[in-house]
Amino acid sequence: MGKTSARDRMSPEINAGSMADIAFLLLIFFLVTTTIVEDKGITVKLPPWSEEEPDITRLKTRNVFSVLVNAQDQLLVRGQVMDVDRLREEAKLFIANPYNQPDMAEKPTKAIISLKNDRGTSYKAYLQVYNELKAAYNELWDEMSLSKYGVPYSDDMPFAYKKTIRDEIPFVLSEAEPTSFGEE
Amino acid sequence: MSKFTKKRGKASPTVSTASLPDIVFMLLFFFMVVTVLRDAELKVKVSTPYATELTKLEEKSLVNYLYIGRPVEKFRELYGTKPRLQLGDKFANIVDIPLFLEKHKIKVPESRHGQITSSLRVDGEVTMGIVQDVKTQLRKSGQLKVNYSAKKDPKKSK
Repeated sequence: MGKTSARDRMSPEINAGSMADIAFLLLIFFLVTTTIVEDKGITVKLPPWSEEEPDITRLKTRNVFSVLVNAQDQLLVRGQVMDVDRLREEAKLFIANPYNQPDMAEKPTKAIISLKNDRGTSYKAYLQVYNELKAAYNELWDEMSLSKYGVPYSDDMPFAYKKTIRDEIPFVLSEAEPTSFGEE
Repeated sequence: MSKFTKKRGKASPTVSTASLPDIVFMLLFFFMVVTVLRDAELKVKVSTPYATELTKLEEKSLVNYLYIGRPVEKFRELYGTKPRLQLGDKFANIVDIPLFLEKHKIKVPESRHGQITSSLRVDGEVTMGIVQDVKTQLRKSGQLKVNYSAKKDPKKSK
């Protein structure tokens, strides 16, 4: 009787000394296999494929903001050579048209940005231009959101707010089939 | 003399290692969480350009990756230096894209097919020709949600 009770009282303990070793092993495995990937980028909605080119000649020229990028990564905006740093401001001015100038968009809903590049344009330059145009819209949305709702525009906003803003200033960017003068 | 050699000095101080497992586990969990097990070995050099207007890709399972860049050093002899497309872990041609998209699609539940995003990881130095061809093929395949992968610009942060 006394024998069994003595054994019962001995609580069985697992030796935790090797726990650190096991943890180290796992740690080293994950250290080696880790790649901290930055999965960020500019999200774009491509237009559905259609055989014929969209005809933008029907549009009034005052509503079209044409941006051309050639194979040397130079910009031609509405017929004028421009530096990429100025593109954002110009685009904003064109879309919002705060002074009702006759050569700019009648209203933001009518504004169309037409982007055309060459097959020889570097991807870096293309993305930079796209980024600036997107930034112009983002800043306009921000400004409008701040004046209307007092908060900057973000994806977490109530859907109705976002829709109101997007309806008033829709993001319209049409990309034409590129020219092929400078293909390597 | 003996005044200075105290008994306390002789006992070597030991650091308790009892909390070591906890520290290691903490590190382990950190790395487990941030780890992305790379499924594809890059055969093309991809250094994405900088941008500011970025959105984050949320769900990894809804994303398929297309890499475009020049082949890395060891594949140059075989494939040359012209920019190439890589799908999964091998070089591919533009015509292989629909099959690649379809293979990814069957792994995604049907109700979420509309949320699939194609992440274009393109090297900044590549010309638009091949990118345009890929885009056209994506449009023809009905894959319209595209994300141009880019890094956050360290100079111009909003």
